[in-house]
Amino acid sequence: METIDNDIRPDHRVIFDWIDPGARVLDLGCGGGELIDLLSREKDARVQGIELDEQAIYECVRKGLSVCQGDIETGLAEYPDRCFDYVILNQSLQEVRKASFLLREALRVGERAIVGFPNFAHIGARVSLFFGGRAPMTPSLPYRWYDTPNVRFLSIGDFRGVCAEMGFAVEKAAFLNGQKAITFWPNLRALSAIFLLSLPDDRAHAGERTAEGPGTKSER
Amino acid sequence: MEAVLKTETAPAAGGRSLGIVETRKYTFAGPLLLESGEILGPVTLAYETYGKLNREKSNAILVLHALSGDAHAAGLHRGEKVPGWWDAMIGPGKPFDTDRYFVICSNVIGGCKGSTGPASVEPRTGKPYGTAFPFITIADMVLAQRHLIDFLAIDRLLCVAGGSMGGMQALQWVASYPERVRSAIPIATALKHSPQQIAFNEVIRQSIMADPAWRGGDYYETGQPEKGLSVARMIGHITFMSEKSMEEKFSRRLKNDRLGFDFGADFEVEGYLRYRGANFVKRFDANSYLYITKALDYFDLSGGRLIAGKGVDTRFLVLSFQSDWLYPSHQSQEIVRQLKRKRVDATYCELKSTWGHDAFLVELEGQTTLIRHFLERTYLGKENGNGNHR
Repeated sequence: METIDNDIRPDHRVIFDWIDPGARVLDLGCGGGELIDLLSREKDARVQGIELDEQAIYECVRKGLSVCQGDIETGLAEYPDRCFDYVILNQSLQEVRKASFLLREALRVGERAIVGFPNFAHIGARVSLFFGGRAPMTPSLPYRWYDTPNVRFLSIGDFRGVCAEMGFAVEKAAFLNGQKAITFWPNLRALSAIFLLSLPDDRAHAGERTAEGPGTKSER
Repeated sequence: MEAVLKTETAPAAGGRSLGIVETRKYTFAGPLLLESGEILGPVTLAYETYGKLNREKSNAILVLHALSGDAHAAGLHRGEKVPGWWDAMIGPGKPFDTDRYFVICSNVIGGCKGSTGPASVEPRTGKPYGTAFPFITIADMVLAQRHLIDFLAIDRLLCVAGGSMGGMQALQWVASYPERVRSAIPIATALKHSPQQIAFNEVIRQSIMADPAWRGGDYYETGQPEKGLSVARMIGHITFMSEKSMEEKFSRRLKNDRLGFDFGADFEVEGYLRYRGANFVKRFDANSYLYITKALDYFDLSGGRLIAGKGVDTRFLVLSFQSDWLYPSHQSQEIVRQLKRKRVDATYCELKSTWGHDAFLVELEGQTTLIRHFLERTYLGKENGNGNHR
């Protein structure tokens, strides 16, 4: 996209490129709305945010965005199934207690979920834990153990594990180290990761899935 | 509710005053078929307008008042010093910017500030209605307003906005006429009264009706039930404040430096309530208070009634205040949940405040920013952000 700024955040750039024009997008923990504002202006997306911070909400409304104040762990409950094309969960999964529940909810209200998180298994973190014997701090995990908002510490490998366990299909994945995209050994070399997830058709409706068991696929 | 604390807070919103404004009246034969099944007519609505309606008639905003409010939302009446109840928000350069928008406010039916209510003369008898006035609901108030909007030849309102009972009317506008409302700003309000809210209103009504001067509502020749009405208003004022705002405003300060050891008003808070009560009886009709509190209690848009049809494209800005225990935030959040269920475009924010329910009239900073930008986006944006649009 030539129209957009080059100084756009690298993770926003990845997400921006993945989203289809005109899509319905919900951003969980949207902050001041930078990403959804971009999506609304440049991709004509129909966007909505959920955010806890009052000042960030003012910022969103100043940009003309619709945003509901609320907790992302409970804020999805009222949305009907599949009412968004994409649910974005960027750099907030690690701050959520009921992380697996939230992932399932994101894939209930969205056709697809885009999940970005800091990689706890980056080499810097490994070194500081292994040789330094200290809780790791890296550019993507910049907090001390006592003031971190993070409550979940996961690696790219862990995330792939939960996707396999919960039956999420990984459609795309991108791994970043600052501005650089990482392709080899991302779990060692990437500071953060972004995944594009969906539910395979036969798992699209969580309620039906458990009720009907493995026979569902043939019906579709 | 009137602007109780207006004189005590700085006008944080900026902008200029509208200057001198006048209340006008619109009378139509009706009759209105009310929700109770009774009919009311002819009907007079007192209203004010500020700013100019543009050629496309796309800039009209209906502002809706609370329980004891009136059509005088902004500017000054000739010879008066106290401006309208939402003057901080309405005027040139203010969030409801009259350089850009055409703002309308009308007194509700059942009220006593120029619109048809229990103190009005019943045409058949030539005497005030009193308790012969039919029961009215929030939907009936909105129905009457719709006649006014028709009369002003406005097809679609840019926005309906109000706090408390004004917020209920805003919600009712969307429930009754979604195609005629581009956006709604319900503030510090609810889809329905809780038993606690009904209970307060019942005590308020009982205190009016317990006054012998009420005379079954037939007091227009003998004088208002002042004692009862003033106690009713004192109860109201307690519910409008928060524990913290009362602590800040009064603490346990004494009116005179010592305890009186009698039943006079020792504490400042007692003096304040008495003053508020005594003032109120000069300007508000007791029967109107009874009828309107009943309308508040009857209001119920829960259970999917707010957005009944599909494809409602009204945008919402829902606001609540942290210390408001009369209309607590969870009631506003319930509105938002209804909107999410129906995929209606909504913005919601709980604003920081220690003012209690009074906040919607005095806590201006957050409201100013949010309302200004929300309206701007609605006015300039061709289409809305999410949900049922396009």
